[in-house]
Amino acid sequence: MYNAVVNELIGSLGLIKPELALLVTFVVVIIADLIFKNNKVNLGLSILGTIVSGIFLIGMSGTNTSAFANLIAVDPFSEFFKYLILISTLIVLVMSEFSEELHNRDVWMGEYYMLVLGMALGMFLLAGATNLIMIYLALETMSMSSYILSGYTKEIKRSSEASLKYVIFGSLSSGIMIYGMSILFGMTGSLDLYAIQSYLAANGFFQPAIFISGLMVIAGFAYKISAVPFHFWTPDVYEGSPITITAYLSVASKAAGFAVLVRFIKLTFFDAAGSSDESWIMMNSIPWDMVLAVLAVATMTLGNIVALWQSNVKRMLAYSSIAHAGYLLMGIVVMTNTGLMSILVYFFFYLLMNFGAFIVVMLFAHKIGSEEMDDYEGIGYQAPVLASLLTLFLVSLTGLPPTAGFIGKLVLFGAVLDSGWYWLAVIGVLNSVVSLYYYAKVVRNMWLRKVDNGKGTLKFSIQSQALVMVLGIPTLVFGLFFGPIMRWAEHSVRIFLGN
Amino acid sequence: MLQSIPLEYYLIISAVIFIIGSIGVITRRNAIIIFMSIELMLNAVNLTLVSFSSFLGDVSGQIFVFFVMSVAAAEAAIGLAIILALFRSKQTIYVDEVNLLKW
Repeated sequence: MYNAVVNELIGSLGLIKPELALLVTFVVVIIADLIFKNNKVNLGLSILGTIVSGIFLIGMSGTNTSAFANLIAVDPFSEFFKYLILISTLIVLVMSEFSEELHNRDVWMGEYYMLVLGMALGMFLLAGATNLIMIYLALETMSMSSYILSGYTKEIKRSSEASLKYVIFGSLSSGIMIYGMSILFGMTGSLDLYAIQSYLAANGFFQPAIFISGLMVIAGFAYKISAVPFHFWTPDVYEGSPITITAYLSVASKAAGFAVLVRFIKLTFFDAAGSSDESWIMMNSIPWDMVLAVLAVATMTLGNIVALWQSNVKRMLAYSSIAHAGYLLMGIVVMTNTGLMSILVYFFFYLLMNFGAFIVVMLFAHKIGSEEMDDYEGIGYQAPVLASLLTLFLVSLTGLPPTAGFIGKLVLFGAVLDSGWYWLAVIGVLNSVVSLYYYAKVVRNMWLRKVDNGKGTLKFSIQSQALVMVLGIPTLVFGLFFGPIMRWAEHSVRIFLGN
Repeated sequence: MLQSIPLEYYLIISAVIFIIGSIGVITRRNAIIIFMSIELMLNAVNLTLVSFSSFLGDVSGQIFVFFVMSVAAAEAAIGLAIILALFRSKQTIYVDEVNLLKW
C-alpha cells in the first residue's frame, strides 16, 4: 500500500517535467540574481528555462493520463494551453528587454523574471488541474505573482494603484470562489472533479446549493478571464501596469483561465449530464448553457461599447480584450468538438495579434512619450513599418480578411451557427462591426490625420522591429494557411472530449 | 462536538461571517480594513470546510483548510506590501482617494 503510493508519486514526477523545469529556473534565477546582479544573466537564464520546459513539453506530446492521483491531468488539451503560455512567456521576456519603463530605474530586475516564471508555473498547473485544491493553489500562484508584477514600477503612482485594485478584487473573487468550492465539497463529499462528476451523475444535480456553488466557482474563473460582471479591475490594471505585464495578463492569464473554466464545466457538469445530451441542463429550470450565453453577450457588448470612447490606446486594448473574452465564451456555450476547437484556434491567433499590438504601442510610447490616441496623429509617416504592422494587428483584431483574426472569428461563429445558436452568432457579428469603429480610429489617426506634421522620422532598433515582425508575419500567413493550426487544435480537443 | 450541535448551525454561522466579510469589502474605504474583511471571508470558508469535513468523516476538507490558511497569509503579506508602496507615493490608504484611473 505504502509502496504503491510512493511509486505513483515517483511515476507522476516524470509527467510534470515541463513544470519542474520552470520551478528549477525560478529558483536558479533567484540565486543568479544574488550572485551576478546582472539583468542579462537573469534574462538569459529565464529564456533558457522556458526553452528547456518547451523541449520537455514537446517530448511529452500526445500523453493522455493523470498525475498525482488525479490532481493534474496531462492531456493534449492542457498541452495546447501550455504551448500558448510558453510562447507568451518567451515573448514577454524578450519584450521586457526593450521596455524602457522597466529598465530606466534604479532597481534590479531579478524579481521581475522570477515572478514571470512563477506566473507561468501557476498557469501551467492551472491548465491541467482536476482537483479543487489544485485549482485553488494554481490560481493563487498565478495571481500572487501577477499582483506584484502589476505594481512592479512602484514609483509610478498609477502602477501601485493598479496593483492595489488588482489585489483587492482578486482576493475578493478568490474568496467567493473558494466558498463555492467548500459548499461543493460538502454537497458532493469530494474535492476531486471526477468524483464530483460521478456523484452528480448518480444523484442528479437538481439542488439549488450545487447550482449556486457552481456559479461561485465559475465567478472566480470569470474574474481571471475578465468576463462581465467581474471585469471592473481589467481597464484599471491594464492601464496602470507595465505594458509587458498588461500584454501577459491579457493573453496568458486569460488562456489559463479559459483552460480551467472549460475543464471545470466539462468535467463536473457537462459529463455528469451525459455528453451526448446536446442541451446540457444543470437544473430543472435553469439551462446552464444559457447562463454562459448571457455572460458571453454581456461581456462582448460591454467591452465593445465602452471601448468606443476610450482615448488611451492601452485602455482601449483592455476593453477590446474584455470583448474578445466574450467571443471566446461563445465557444464554451456550444461545448462541442468544433466549439472547443474554435476556442483554441482563436486563442492562438489572439496571442499573435494582441502581443503584436501591445509591443507596437510600447515602442511608440518610448518615442512619443504617450499612449493617447490623439498623439498618434501622423505617426504612420514617421514610422511607416511599425505603423503598418499595428494596422495589420488591429485589422486582425477586428476580424477582417486576409488576417488570422478573420479565420479565428470564422471558425468560432461557424461553430456557434452549427449548434443552432443563431441569435448568439448575430450578436457576435454585430459586436465585431462595432469594434471596427474604435480599431479604425487608431488607424485613421496614424495615416489620415496631420499627414505632414513636419516631425522627423522615428528611429527604432532593428531588434525591436524584428520582434514585431515575428508576430506580424504569422498573423498574415495564418490568415491564408491556417490548416496546421486547425488540425492541431482539433486533435487536442478530440481526445479531451473523448470521441 | 458535532453530535450535540447539528451541521446546519455551523453552516449558518459561516454563511453569516462570509456575508459580513463581503459587506465589509464593499462598504469600507480603508484598505487595511478591506483586507481584514477578506480574511473574515476566508475564515468563513475554513469553518465550512472543517464542519463538512467532520460531518462527512473525510479529512481532505481539513487539508484544504491548511492550504487556505497559508495562501491567506501570503495574500495578506502581498496586500500589505502593496498598500505600503501606495502609501509611500500617495500618503493615503483610503481607496476612494486612490482614483487616478477611471472609466
